Amino acid sequence: MELPSLSAIGAQAVSGLTTAMLLFLVASGLSLIFGVLRLLNFAHGSFYMLGAYFAWQFNTWLQGSFWLSVLFAAIATGVLGALLERVLFRKFYDRPELMQLLFTYSIVLIVSDVVKYIWGTQQLGIRRPEMLSHSFKFGEIVLPSYNLVIIVISLAIAVGIWLLLQGTRLGKMVRAAAFDREMLSMLGVDVRMLYLLVFSAGCFLAGLAGALVAPMSAVVPGMDADIIISLFIIVVIGGLGSFWGTFLGSIIYGMVFSFGILFIPQFSLFAVALIMVVILIVKPEGLLGRENTR
Amino acid sequence: MAVKTLDNKRNRLLMATALFLGLGAVPFFAPPFYVVFLNDALIIACLSMSLNLLVGYTGLISFGHAAYFGLGAYACGLLLKSAGLPFGVSLVAAGAFGGLGAAVAGFFCVRLNRVYFSMLTLAFSLIFWAICFRWNDLTGGDQGLSGIPYPNLTWISQMIGRPDFSSAQSYYLVSLVVVAICIAAMWIIVSSPVGLMLRTIRENEQRSTFIGVETRRVKLAIFIVAGTIAGLAGGLFAVFNRGVYPDFMYWTKSAEILIMALFGGIGSFWGPAIGSLTLLLLHQETVALTEYWSFALGVILLVLTLRFPSGLWGLFERFTNTRRSK
Repeated sequence: MELPSLSAIGAQAVSGLTTAMLLFLVASGLSLIFGVLRLLNFAHGSFYMLGAYFAWQFNTWLQGSFWLSVLFAAIATGVLGALLERVLFRKFYDRPELMQLLFTYSIVLIVSDVVKYIWGTQQLGIRRPEMLSHSFKFGEIVLPSYNLVIIVISLAIAVGIWLLLQGTRLGKMVRAAAFDREMLSMLGVDVRMLYLLVFSAGCFLAGLAGALVAPMSAVVPGMDADIIISLFIIVVIGGLGSFWGTFLGSIIYGMVFSFGILFIPQFSLFAVALIMVVILIVKPEGLLGRENTR
Repeated sequence: MAVKTLDNKRNRLLMATALFLGLGAVPFFAPPFYVVFLNDALIIACLSMSLNLLVGYTGLISFGHAAYFGLGAYACGLLLKSAGLPFGVSLVAAGAFGGLGAAVAGFFCVRLNRVYFSMLTLAFSLIFWAICFRWNDLTGGDQGLSGIPYPNLTWISQMIGRPDFSSAQSYYLVSLVVVAICIAAMWIIVSSPVGLMLRTIRENEQRSTFIGVETRRVKLAIFIVAGTIAGLAGGLFAVFNRGVYPDFMYWTKSAEILIMALFGGIGSFWGPAIGSLTLLLLHQETVALTEYWSFALGVILLVLTLRFPSGLWGLFERFTNTRRSK
């Protein structure tokens, strides 16, 4: 096998890191929702897809004011998540796992067709903002500036979430809810409100990622079914409910997928699925998780 | 009391035989269109019943059951098309491949509990899917495997004295016999002491180990049985539809089978079959009217999980019980 050139490796690393960071934004919400609400949410990918479509819609209405569209799309997704939490998701927190899984899957089915109904089945696209459509060059390595911006934004958000969880009273309550929700409610914390907040924040992040990805890849139906599998692989690798585990899982996924395309183009999908299987067999609680799984 | 259960058993056997004969009579008077539909429905019903062995009886929520259906389908299709083996041999091999895949995956899956079990079954199904999706030379990749030769079934039409039967009508009879054998096998399993063990595991796995049930071994065994039946169903389906596509194994397909089982009622033996038949009919009627089948299915599933978790069969039982108590 011929070794790829340095520039190819650099390009793959950047593209892998971009994928990883975008996936992390979505996966951190999924992981947080599982950790706190004990709900494995198949519909999380649907919020990501909605974020992308919302961004396209706002971008059309606002005639190309990209960053405002991204912000509005994320907020809209968060608000929609909050509404659905109040009306539906809340009813399933104490139900058997099978009912939870299938309920969240019913949301996947409904959202996928609602999206088709509103926006049609053709590909939609958003143009990158003018100032971010060029690339940097370091020697041979070409780095698209939009990818760099995404990496920086996502890293900043990751650190922000971590600080929020570690340093604030709200963060403490969220972590306590993941640990023992009954005790927390006995201490006088409004756990229902906390759940609403966590769910809505997860949706906000998913919508944000969907909006940010819109200029890089086509906005199409089916984005939801594909990303949810990636998300599951990531949270399983890192550990369901573990924040830095999810971060690590995203990096591993992004890199394996990206370099897999370079070295074993046929089997990069196979490779990430295999990692998921191996982790589940060897350390089912994930690389950084602490869950009792057996 | 003993006499009554014996009676009950005989009644059920009689009803099942009547059902079998009734279904066997269909191609003799119904238009071919219905025979084609019913053939697929029988196969899918058998598939969702096999999943119910895991979900309903043992409490193992498998999210990757379509993988074994797909493995059987690819095995049968490839052996017929590329190896030129006879249909009977290929069909048996389909079951064997489904069972083998389930044995490999099940060996690891039964060690995990709850969500982690579901995740690992999902992960294995992704692996099998990725292999079939990408191994272009063998499976045809994303284009799928088409042009599977149709078996020569004139001996059937001659045996039953209807040489005018089309190959689809004869094939239906083959499907019916194979499905009936699978269902009989499942019935024997769930009404045997093993069936009782399955239910014990579902109710409380820890306690069932206390009374001496080797839970892992029992769970693995039922996982393999379910995989074998799924593989057989896949083989039957692939040949009748003359093609296998990677979509057969994708995780959304697994979810679909699970929905069918739940819709009919996972608390009963026949529920999943009724669920898949009803959903397939609904699907056929809905797609004639609108392209938004996912939406319809989603709403059905939402109402089901919100209001009727015991499915159609549960509704039926509730209805008959209230009538009886009046």
